Amino acid sequence: MSKSLTSKWKRFIERNRKSEGYLLKKIVAQKLYQIARAILIFGLCFLILQPILNKISVSFMEEKDLYDPTIIVVPRNFTLNNYKLVSYLISYWKVLRHTLGISLIAAFAQLACATLVGYGFARFKFPLKKFWFACVILVIVVPPQTIMSSLYLNFRFFDVFGIIKLITGSTINLQNSLIPYILLCMTGMGLKSGLYIFLIRQYFRGIPKELEEAAYVDGCGNLQTFIRIMLPDATPILTSCFLFAFVWQWTDSFYARMFLKGTTLLATELPAITSRLTEYIVSTTGSGKASTAYGLAMISTGMIMTIIPLLLIYVVAQKGFVESLSQTGLKM
Amino acid sequence: MAKKKQKNLARRKAIAGYLFITPFIIGFLFFMVKPLCESFMMSLSKVTVAAGQGGFKLDFWGIKNYKDAFLVDAEYTRFLTNELTKMLTQVPATIIISFFMALILNQSFKGRTFVRAIFFLPVILSSGVLVGLEYNNSLLAGMQDYIKENTNSAQITATLESILSTTGFGNKYLEMVYSIVNSIYDVVIASGIQIIIFLSGLQTIPKSMFEAATIEGCTAWESFWKITLPMVSSVILVNVIYTIVDFFTKSNSQVMTKISDTMIQRMDYGFSSAMAWVYFLAVLLIIGVFSLITSRWVYYYE
Repeated sequence: MSKSLTSKWKRFIERNRKSEGYLLKKIVAQKLYQIARAILIFGLCFLILQPILNKISVSFMEEKDLYDPTIIVVPRNFTLNNYKLVSYLISYWKVLRHTLGISLIAAFAQLACATLVGYGFARFKFPLKKFWFACVILVIVVPPQTIMSSLYLNFRFFDVFGIIKLITGSTINLQNSLIPYILLCMTGMGLKSGLYIFLIRQYFRGIPKELEEAAYVDGCGNLQTFIRIMLPDATPILTSCFLFAFVWQWTDSFYARMFLKGTTLLATELPAITSRLTEYIVSTTGSGKASTAYGLAMISTGMIMTIIPLLLIYVVAQKGFVESLSQTGLKM
Repeated sequence: MAKKKQKNLARRKAIAGYLFITPFIIGFLFFMVKPLCESFMMSLSKVTVAAGQGGFKLDFWGIKNYKDAFLVDAEYTRFLTNELTKMLTQVPATIIISFFMALILNQSFKGRTFVRAIFFLPVILSSGVLVGLEYNNSLLAGMQDYIKENTNSAQITATLESILSTTGFGNKYLEMVYSIVNSIYDVVIASGIQIIIFLSGLQTIPKSMFEAATIEGCTAWESFWKITLPMVSSVILVNVIYTIVDFFTKSNSQVMTKISDTMIQRMDYGFSSAMAWVYFLAVLLIIGVFSLITSRWVYYYE
């Protein structure tokens, strides 16, 4: 063993002398670089993870632990009461079901639309194609605030060319139903829909044309080619777009506040935790007010409870998030 | 005969293409163009909600809403300038840092998949309502202050800052750097998608290029500037636009909150659409300027 090691050393010194010190220098530089990189990566990972870890540790603390300056990370009085209280305050399981349902529906609707449109842009030649694609870019760029006020009123007094008013005598109030939001998603105007159209189009453009032509020669129609040949090929980008749509829908509060006021969602319930906590304390003890620190600890607990399902999905589908996007070869 | 058939095929294809994008066209016309026009009209008039007459009534009163936004409202201009100045440092910082991280993540080292998984976590963590809540959470900040007070050790960053500023060299630029360093968390958390996009760009560069360069005697430094950067320049353009849009539409933006509050709570549709239009035009202008600057450097290999 030691013999082979020494002979290795000898060979190394020999080689080093032959290269006039270049080999040693190169190896030292490489090692230094690797160490520096490891430190940097560790630091940045810590930066990203630290808030989550911090929240997790806070969520297990009792109220008095929060004021104890000697406790920073590990709670002295380990408790699960925070979780119980939060799930009571926002009726967690019911809200979770709502959020899950709406996120799934919205993500599916968005994906269905984006796939069709993306395919249309990627694979067909038609007049004004450039113009319509510019419109997709415009959809990505326009902040939703700009059109929200009028969309809001549009759905408040919903009508299609005055037809509904003719029949029933009045417009329909779609404010507190799911329909407006689903409509938006299905027509490519939902949360970040433009981005999905863009990504999917990019992916379809990368699939070789011969595949499609072969299908045409064998007698497939346009729709059949799309469903039987192109869709199975596009599974990676579709899963990753679906995951993005799902995750962003899960945490979105803007569209939720605008269109889904009737439904309680995790994203809209979270900020309300503090006031609920105060109510709860008043109702149980008769007086008093929740301290700020305790309220914030509760919010941290709520956030953990919100992102845990997402984290589970992320762990399972981590590859889906990342790998497919690297195949699109994004270019403007 | 053959020519006619070909023409027919092209026409059929065109029709099929239009059929495929119809959902988008419908959505675009009804939920984008129409509201855009309407909100522009609203921004120029006094809006009163009247259930009887088709929803709402518009009384044209010119640019009063815009004047109100800039001259009367106490918060709006301040929020807007805050947002814009913050953007000027944040967007370049996000681009540079995410590019840098993508470069690192593209190399091979032990535990790369794990590190990648952590770096893409911000895609989840920086979305929607979570950012806003994070922003307001003073509990953790309070803890940090407490630790700082009770441990007498000097902070590395503070010491560095004082050393650098005593040299009196380019203080203004240094301050910019400090502000970026101080908001490093915001930058890192906002760069999840950008890293993915950059990685995808980096992976499309053929390896043979680097090999050829190395044989010709290129150092890593040179091949970075001569190969990597030009090859991903088109991706940089995509990322610049994405970052700007993402920055302006994130949910803890003060302007966004103010606009939707004015709309939902005060029901002042005219004023809120005026503010939204100013915001929109500012965003468009900035995207235009940034993409003009970037697109001058974009190099297309093919």
